[in-house]
Amino acid sequence: MTLNWFKFASPASFYPLAGRLIPLFWSLTVALVLVGLYWGFFQTTDHLGGSNPQKEYYRIIFVHVPAAWMSMWLYLVMVVWAAIGLVFNTRLSFMMAKAIAPTGAIFTFLALWTGAFWGRPSWGTYWDWDPRLTSELVLFFLYIGYMALHAAIDDIRRADRAAALLALVGLVMVPVIYWSINCPDPNQCAALHQRSNLTRIDGNILFSMLTMTLGLWMYSFATSLTRLRGLILERESEAQWVRELIEHGEKQR
Amino acid sequence: MSDFISQGGFGFFVWGAYGMVALLLVAEIIQLRLWQRTIWTRLGRLMRMRDAGVE
Repeated sequence: MTLNWFKFASPASFYPLAGRLIPLFWSLTVALVLVGLYWGFFQTTDHLGGSNPQKEYYRIIFVHVPAAWMSMWLYLVMVVWAAIGLVFNTRLSFMMAKAIAPTGAIFTFLALWTGAFWGRPSWGTYWDWDPRLTSELVLFFLYIGYMALHAAIDDIRRADRAAALLALVGLVMVPVIYWSINCPDPNQCAALHQRSNLTRIDGNILFSMLTMTLGLWMYSFATSLTRLRGLILERESEAQWVRELIEHGEKQR
Repeated sequence: MSDFISQGGFGFFVWGAYGMVALLLVAEIIQLRLWQRTIWTRLGRLMRMRDAGVE
């Protein structure tokens, strides 16, 4: 079977495809998050006490790290769609970018919030101008800026392009966040975050963290595609297929 | 059970973190549902108005 991918670049054919995928993503979200949380809360308890004791607040890692990863990944994906839109002038790509932004902003806020609730018991403060906290905060404002700029311009095509440019420029923050913990000597810089190394993390904790990350990925797919379907309906309301959809589907949606 | 809730005395921090996650994700889902319903209602009304105008 040959699949014509360009077929799905048109909103009319992408709309039903997304509709079929969304329930799948929701069930994966629920399954992965349940497994991840169960494993994180009940299968890693051997880290409490012992020679290198963890306090219970280490459990925040299972949502903090996945949320922080998603905040950066979603920004990257958003910029890729925005860039494709700018280069090829494809409507659907701009809609994709716009559909991702709110979910990305939520995960950025959650990374900051869960970090604050972890920082208070472990570092003694909810907030500090640590390089990673600061750059993550800037990322949050970039998401907000993208959405605000888009909302401020009435002409949708101009709003798409202006917001896409802002997102593109803001991409500089992603590597800054990524390397913001690369402090060679803790006495020389203000970094509170330690260098991280996935290979040094205990297998059970890593399993839970990665499962939760996958779960949040599926969540992001589900919410972005749902939002994308809404945007398609709004923008294509003049199209014949939308009229037929509304007429036929009003009862059974 | 109460051991689980107290999280070794760090319940406020653990549940404060997880609570906000749950709150925002559920809020996003509800907001999306309401928004979708609004779009369908508005488009449906738009079509009926257009049909009424033509016939």
